[in-house]
Amino acid sequence: MTEASKKTSPPWRFLVPLFLFGALAGLLLYGLGQDPREVPSPLIGKAAPEFELPDLLDPSRTLSKADLLGQVSLVNVWASWCSACRAEHGMLMEISRRSDVQLLGLNWKDGQAEARQVIRMSGNPYRMIGFDPDNNAGIDWGVYGAPETFVVDRQGIIRYKQIGPIDPQVWQQTLAPMIAKLQSEPSSLPTQPER
Amino acid sequence: MIPELGHFALIIALCIALVQATVPLMGSFNGNRPWMELARPLAYGQLTFIAFSFACLVQAFVVSDFSVAYVAVNSNSLLPTMYKISAVWGAHEGSLLLWVLMMAGWGAAVALYSKNLPLAMIARVISVQGMVTIGFLLFTLLTSNPFDRLFPVPPEGRDLNPLLQDPGLAIHPPMLYMGYVGFSVAFAFAIAALIGGKLDAAWARWSRPWTTVAWIFLTIGIALGSWWAYYELGWGGWWFWDPVENASLMPWLIGTALLHSLAVTEKRAAFKSWTVLLAIAAFSLSLLGTFLVRSGVLTSVHAFATDPTRGAFILLFLCLVIGGSLALYAWRAPSVSSGGHFDLLSRESSLLMNNLLFSAFTILVLFGTLAPLIYEAFGWGKISVGFPWFNKMFVALSPFMVLLLGIGPLVRWKHDAVLRLLGKLWPALLLTIGVAVWVAQAEFAASHLWVTVGITLAAWLLLSHLTVLFERLKNRPGGVVGGLKSIGDDVRGGGRGFYGMLLAHLGVAVLIIGITMVSTFDVEHDVRMSPGDSYELAGYRFEFLGATAVDGPNYNADRGHFLVYRGEDTVAELFPEKRAYMGGGMPMTEAAIDAGFLRDIYVSLGEHVGDGDWALRLYYKPYVRWIWLGAIFMAIGGLLAVTDPRYRAARVTAPMPDLAGSAVKA
Repeated sequence: MTEASKKTSPPWRFLVPLFLFGALAGLLLYGLGQDPREVPSPLIGKAAPEFELPDLLDPSRTLSKADLLGQVSLVNVWASWCSACRAEHGMLMEISRRSDVQLLGLNWKDGQAEARQVIRMSGNPYRMIGFDPDNNAGIDWGVYGAPETFVVDRQGIIRYKQIGPIDPQVWQQTLAPMIAKLQSEPSSLPTQPER
Repeated sequence: MIPELGHFALIIALCIALVQATVPLMGSFNGNRPWMELARPLAYGQLTFIAFSFACLVQAFVVSDFSVAYVAVNSNSLLPTMYKISAVWGAHEGSLLLWVLMMAGWGAAVALYSKNLPLAMIARVISVQGMVTIGFLLFTLLTSNPFDRLFPVPPEGRDLNPLLQDPGLAIHPPMLYMGYVGFSVAFAFAIAALIGGKLDAAWARWSRPWTTVAWIFLTIGIALGSWWAYYELGWGGWWFWDPVENASLMPWLIGTALLHSLAVTEKRAAFKSWTVLLAIAAFSLSLLGTFLVRSGVLTSVHAFATDPTRGAFILLFLCLVIGGSLALYAWRAPSVSSGGHFDLLSRESSLLMNNLLFSAFTILVLFGTLAPLIYEAFGWGKISVGFPWFNKMFVALSPFMVLLLGIGPLVRWKHDAVLRLLGKLWPALLLTIGVAVWVAQAEFAASHLWVTVGITLAAWLLLSHLTVLFERLKNRPGGVVGGLKSIGDDVRGGGRGFYGMLLAHLGVAVLIIGITMVSTFDVEHDVRMSPGDSYELAGYRFEFLGATAVDGPNYNADRGHFLVYRGEDTVAELFPEKRAYMGGGMPMTEAAIDAGFLRDIYVSLGEHVGDGDWALRLYYKPYVRWIWLGAIFMAIGGLLAVTDPRYRAARVTAPMPDLAGSAVKA
């Protein structure tokens, strides 16, 4: 504690901040290579994982992988506790009105009452909402935060993952063109996964 | 033509920075006076050219010159003039230019207000600032030129992000940047002192006011950001632990530690190497914040548009500046002469504890911010460190900070005795325990443990600082009564630092009350209402009179109309809006707030759910203003401290050591 001891102590302790910064810089360099918005999921190009979840609003119905087949879908991961999801909600309402893409919800790590409250108050943009309070399907889908949105093609193959809220820019520049392209693909042709 | 002039001025500024970074520094080594004397004029020249460049960009915005790409993307001819100007720093390129402008401003201020500093010192300080400026100017010119032209010229601009069309956000970034960049002065002083190999009390005395001023700006900037998020984002939250917010909080925490550490170094010549490290860390964290916001390494609600070249450039720059200064530190700091001795119970120890707590908190925030990245890098899977984690850390650490904060100002330098402290503090201690017992059994706090803890901590701060005040007044002529009467003289005399400290510390108490009350007792309801409906919330009755369409200068909006009653009395008439800006983009909620000292009432318009019905969010936010009031207290406290005549006197009379001579030896 007293600085008198400094004379005798080895000077390497003055190198500690430099080493710590070195580690930090290495981490940041790694982070630069990993755009969190664009290299999101090892699942891209792979078939969506099998899952079966009760519907949030009507637990007698179940949402499963079968619901993804045959049409292009957006699977939106959301939760009532997630403020960015609230910001995104209006945009999802717009999408459900304007686009014919199938919009499915994955209500993640949430409480049933809270989640239902959001839908009751702010409207329901989803065709169905899988209720996943315990992160069962979430783990298989590689969800690590909300909101996230997966683009799934007609064969049930995950083609893209949007991390963070969908805003008009993301919608117009990325998602809408991608959906249009996927919808124009004949469903019988095998599709090449693209990155 | 004018944008090209602005671009050209930036290039000249870069040339000046190159000279500034080298010539005065070399002069300080070989004792070449004319080279050292170049420092000041170069700093003024730097400011002149960058200010000219900035003015060119402002002009392009004001006349809506959409041939400039940056203007076309971030402005619109319909935008009110005030927002045309604030749009200058509404996105990456312009905010970077603002950063550079402030850097040059601080540099010129140092040159102007350092008449009594040894020439070698000022030459080195300005050289170090020149080096940092080179980095930022290169970054601007090579990756983010705001003057790039656009062909063909679009007939209309794309408009400023509607979130930013707000008076709070017009001044939030300049304040924040003033704080960030202000720490560059403390940084430059630290590096200059390390280069010279002389870290002494004089160095701490020069650094202190600059650090305090930067800290004041940062405090105000953060508070403005929090206030803006509260009313503009429409979620009623005042802090989100978003990476960008954390990026501003970290330099603030370390800056606060630095302020206190500088006091020790100035008064007792202790902690020198530690203080220097904090000075380096404060500015490094400012730079790191810039990196996190602009590189796209972390996703955030308000991240700037990202670009990997920019990220790589800043990372390289970060490594040069931070790595270089830490290497210099590792080389020079071991030879720093030792400071005074002190005992386990002393002002020094308590300030050291304060520094350690602030540093620990900073490291936790840094870890939490980078956790997603760390987990990914080590293949531990992906996690999202959210709100609850940060809150837990904050709640775990702050009681220790506050307990210490109550004792610290009473402890004597060098050595103190527990019994003497208890002798002074026992009334405050007893009263605090009394408050704790009273709150614990009071009806309003029933079953809310944190309310008891929060109010007790705030009471402890208040009572212990009253004790501190009492101790000071006791020794004034005329005793406590005479002292009270002459507080004005004391403030005008040498006591500003003391009263600034008192006010800033009381600001912490006010902040704690605000946080405690609003986190425990706020009420938030999502409701659906038809025109004519009423809804009761926290003793207030909200009557929804319906929503009508209104037009703004560059948006169309739905405006709700509410009457809020308490009993039979109308307490507020509120008009929340939901705006659709013509430039496109997400609809924006403009919450309507009835602000009060003890509570806010807050209505935000959600979705139109048909038939005149609206989904609404109603909030009751007790004591939320106290959060920002606490920040204002701290800022005023800092202002008092920095205007203490001691600094002026010191500048005039203190004999300045001959640094140039010692540098040659070193």
